[in-house]
Amino acid sequence: MTSTPARNTKVMNRFDLTSRLVARLRNEEAVIGGIGNTNFDLWAAGHRPQNWYMLGSMGLAFPIALGVALAQPKRRVFALEGDGSLLMQLGTLSTIATLAPRNLTMVIMDNGIYQITGAQPTPAATTADLVAIAQASGLSNSTWAADEEDFERLIDQSLTSDGPTLIGVRIDDKPGTGTTKRDPVQIRENFMRGMGVRQPF
Amino acid sequence: MAVAEERTSPQSWPEVVLQTLKRNDVRLIPYVPDRVLTGLIKSLHADPFFTTFPTAREEEAVGIVSGAWMGGLKGAVLMQTSGFATLANVLASLVVPSQIPLIMFVSERGTLGEFNLGQSLVCRTMRPVLDSLAMEHHTCTRLDELEFVVDRSIKQAVTTQAPVALILSPLLTGGKVFDK
Repeated sequence: MTSTPARNTKVMNRFDLTSRLVARLRNEEAVIGGIGNTNFDLWAAGHRPQNWYMLGSMGLAFPIALGVALAQPKRRVFALEGDGSLLMQLGTLSTIATLAPRNLTMVIMDNGIYQITGAQPTPAATTADLVAIAQASGLSNSTWAADEEDFERLIDQSLTSDGPTLIGVRIDDKPGTGTTKRDPVQIRENFMRGMGVRQPF
Repeated sequence: MAVAEERTSPQSWPEVVLQTLKRNDVRLIPYVPDRVLTGLIKSLHADPFFTTFPTAREEEAVGIVSGAWMGGLKGAVLMQTSGFATLANVLASLVVPSQIPLIMFVSERGTLGEFNLGQSLVCRTMRPVLDSLAMEHHTCTRLDELEFVVDRSIKQAVTTQAPVALILSPLLTGGKVFDK
């Protein structure tokens, strides 16, 4: 017999939450958008030089964000990842918990489906609690956001946290709002300029 | 002559790799371990110049050093042959199209005395994958060439923004041998 844990979390919308996050950024924070809808909505929320959009390599948004956070410990780094993507790379939660970068905030957009491939349910959809998995991986500062206001509060709280933060959000089954320009070299080069690593010619 | 040789005893291969990484300011070293890499991993951990840590999967490590590169910090990934076999997707969809100078050290299992059939078969997939993506790779077999190969390969990766795989042959490392 299986039981689904009761959740008092509101079902929100990915684009709305991403827009709320981007609107709160004041200090050239880095934002790493995971594969598919997650980076499409980041793009649609308004391109910034500090955004990086992942076109392939499903599951690597958190590891890539960890690398940026380690390289630039004084810059806040946000990572946006889908639930299906995170399921491909659960081990990275332990790696991040062990390294414990205080400047990393991770957001899991959880709709329980692979929306972009036809809305098939993930193997975890009705059984696993990704925030509980994060906590058990050592990321003690992991929380479900109850609603949009709570999400904004958790984002603000993470800015002064003394360890990595993970925020789970339940989202609806809507597709991404925009379509990222698919040019990996430009995406990387723009981001490196946004990070102050590169100067334009 | 014999005395002179003793006095200037050559560095071991792990020492050469460590010093060459350091000289090229390659600081971030995520790895999935291998018996052959034990000494190198131990000395990297012991040296505070490096940030050395294990990851759960090799592609995770590739993601981490890719992010670090974009943030201005150079890194290299250590793995064994079977770990490389998990990387085709991340190489083809992230590293190569984004022009990221990923530096990989792969300790070569599956040849020159392999005792595990699966390892020998996995090994045969490695160079075809590298060649199919036109990735630079070198097989390091000699200690006297190692510093040159590693140093030049790191510099070429960075300046041409292209990944490189340095395959550490049992001829260099001694490999892993069957001992019950």
